[in-house]
Amino acid sequence: MDALDLPLIWSGLIAVAVMLYVCLDGFDLGIGILTAFARSDTERNMMTATIEPFWDGNETWLVLGGGGLFAAFPLAYAIIMPAFYLPILVMLAALIFRGVAFEFRHKAVREPTRRFWNGAFAYGSLVAAFSQGIILGGYIQGMTVEGRDFAGSAFDWFTPFSILVGLSLVVGYVLLGVGWLILKTEGDLQDFARKWGRRSLIGVVIGMAMVSLATLSIDPKVTQHWGISMSAIDMSKAVFLLPIPLISGALMFWLWRDLKTKPRYDWRPYLLSVGIFATGFAGLAVSLFPYLVPFQVDIWDAAARDNALAFLLVGAVVMLPTILLYTAYVHKLFWGKVKEGDGYHG
Amino acid sequence: MDFDALLLSRLQFAFVIAFHILFPAFTIGLAAFLAVCEGMWLKTGKEVYKRLYLHWVKIFALAFAMGVVSGVVMSYQFGTNWAKFADMTGDVLGPLLGYEVLTAFFLEATFLGVMLFGWKRVGKGLHFASTCIVAAGTSVSAFWILSANSWMQTPQGFAVDENGRFYATDWMEVIFNPSFPSRYVHMMLAAFITTAAVILAAGAWQTLRKHDQKPTRLQMRMAIGTLLVLMPMQIVAGHWSGEVAHHHQPAKIAAMEGWWETKSHQDTILFAIPDETTRTNKFEVAIPGLGNKVMGLPDEEVIKGLNDFEGEHPPVFIVFWAFRIMVGAGLGILVLAIWGAVKWRRKTLDKPGLFHWLAVPAGSLGFIAVITGWIVAEVGRQPFTVYGHLRTADSLSPVTTGQVATSLLVFIIVYAIIFTAGVIYMMRIATSGFNDKPAAPVKDGRRAPGSPLGAVTDMAEPENKPVKDRSE
Repeated sequence: MDALDLPLIWSGLIAVAVMLYVCLDGFDLGIGILTAFARSDTERNMMTATIEPFWDGNETWLVLGGGGLFAAFPLAYAIIMPAFYLPILVMLAALIFRGVAFEFRHKAVREPTRRFWNGAFAYGSLVAAFSQGIILGGYIQGMTVEGRDFAGSAFDWFTPFSILVGLSLVVGYVLLGVGWLILKTEGDLQDFARKWGRRSLIGVVIGMAMVSLATLSIDPKVTQHWGISMSAIDMSKAVFLLPIPLISGALMFWLWRDLKTKPRYDWRPYLLSVGIFATGFAGLAVSLFPYLVPFQVDIWDAAARDNALAFLLVGAVVMLPTILLYTAYVHKLFWGKVKEGDGYHG
Repeated sequence: MDFDALLLSRLQFAFVIAFHILFPAFTIGLAAFLAVCEGMWLKTGKEVYKRLYLHWVKIFALAFAMGVVSGVVMSYQFGTNWAKFADMTGDVLGPLLGYEVLTAFFLEATFLGVMLFGWKRVGKGLHFASTCIVAAGTSVSAFWILSANSWMQTPQGFAVDENGRFYATDWMEVIFNPSFPSRYVHMMLAAFITTAAVILAAGAWQTLRKHDQKPTRLQMRMAIGTLLVLMPMQIVAGHWSGEVAHHHQPAKIAAMEGWWETKSHQDTILFAIPDETTRTNKFEVAIPGLGNKVMGLPDEEVIKGLNDFEGEHPPVFIVFWAFRIMVGAGLGILVLAIWGAVKWRRKTLDKPGLFHWLAVPAGSLGFIAVITGWIVAEVGRQPFTVYGHLRTADSLSPVTTGQVATSLLVFIIVYAIIFTAGVIYMMRIATSGFNDKPAAPVKDGRRAPGSPLGAVTDMAEPENKPVKDRSE
């Protein structure tokens, strides 16, 4: 294993896990947020029916993100987690409420409790999405580190930038949820989804533009990576990186057209929104690489020993493709549209 | 280092882990029970097994969801509150937890979808396979987490670098550390027993309410049979676990037994109030000289007492009493199982009586034993997180008292709400029995994806004709 750069491989794997988490749990959190705007109980039940078989598997990618970071980059885990103590707490509490609400909202008998769990589902999804954005924003900004410890204070993450990222992630998740609804529903509900798709896409365009520009100003290293400075543009770098925002823009344009009229392929809006997320993710990777704790601890300093990385890599090489295969298989089992009256838990 | 943040972090960890373990302990056993029911239904074709399956799977869905959400919390606790521990032990424990996610969590979570929502959508064989996969996933998950926890109890196969960070020198030694086999067996049996006690309690309640139907009678017999087989095994496993602890963590055993002095012919203490200020037991009731025999040691062998570990041993009162409550709860279940078996033989098991009135609250005994058992294990490891090598006080994150007080309060409130609601919903299903409502009419037409057990009920109903909708 000496020849392999294990920390580099693992940073790639964790990045893939985080990206998968965002694309998968993103759609079910987004649909959770959209249930707040459902026009009837039937509609709400149809919306949740599109995600009920999948949400649990989706959320497992978040556990892999946390567990994988602990395993592969314990130092980064030990610095990042205390830095975002409160937003993580809020995220967990929100995920708890919306997670049990999947089941509880069908079990509640009295009207007030039923409404409570419906609310817990929608607002839990919203707050979870927003706090994930806050954490991402705070992460991009970086944190105070002394030695091997987080040395900042409890509210360092609370900035206009992190709030901006929080809001952007919320509209981004709604967009993913819209894509999933278009795939899984038809008729009225699909029209409803497209309407919210157009709204959230506008939010995503504005959010991504603002976050991207703001990220450039966070640290000189970021602009350096993109080959940009106030006085010059280093074309040798910029030429290779320019396609990222260009592709992003093209995907947004394409998605807009799909959302305006009924798309020819119902799976396309979801894939396009995943594509938009992927460009954003790639842009972020360019900006931050090779730092795992931005601009302070790089992936090699944060990595666990090679023997730990190698030991877990064996499992990951075997299991990750297996997981992807059976996840795809289960999606195939449930392929197709959800219909009215399919609600559950009669 | 903030002492109050340390104390509050410990309380918080104890609270969130104790809350969490209730659900895996129950779902490990219930998944196995469901697999047996579905397997028996497929094998014998008897309707009663199917009704049991469709009844208990609803409770399983609730318990599993609560286990998942409280489990996500756990994967962040190490970082948010125990960052030093994470930094020091990440190179050893990280991969074990990573394997748990890769080999178990995804498997459970993904096939749970098929199990809950695929009843009409997939073939019987595939559905049964999904149930078995979920059941296997829960056991694999327990394997890794018990391995990691046991390494913290009896660490081996590692070295420590110049920064005090642990790293593995032999992964097999790390995974199969000395206390792992006995503790894994002990925990798995505890999970099965806990679930059986719950199933027995639900059956007893239904009998008392005269809801007793075929499935009620069958589930009581399955539970009693399971308990009769597993309880003796559990006593052996518990003893085995104690022997390993005696060898590797003598201070823990001394605290469990309330032994202060190092001597031969130790006593078996039945009742006492251990007092750490005077380092004696008050109001002690003991059987002299039996202690060595209980530990399986010759009477002459000198066993170390707590005084040999002053400053290095766990809080005695908690460990001493948690151990006794665990044993008491286990014996309670054993007595009930034997009593039930006698009634079964005398054919009086289905006649409501005192047995049933006692069996209902006894449904909680398994949970009590699991919690107190883990208190013995975890408090018994103090003052260390990695026994003998890393102190709990040196494991804490750089967090403030205010932060931890906030998070502890939030967890208490959130868990109180979801626990109350969850238990009410589960009890409502468990106690409702099998025949309160007529079978819901099954809508014809295509059944959509995500259409779960909805229209399927656990009531006696004519076999639904298979719905063909895979052509979509």
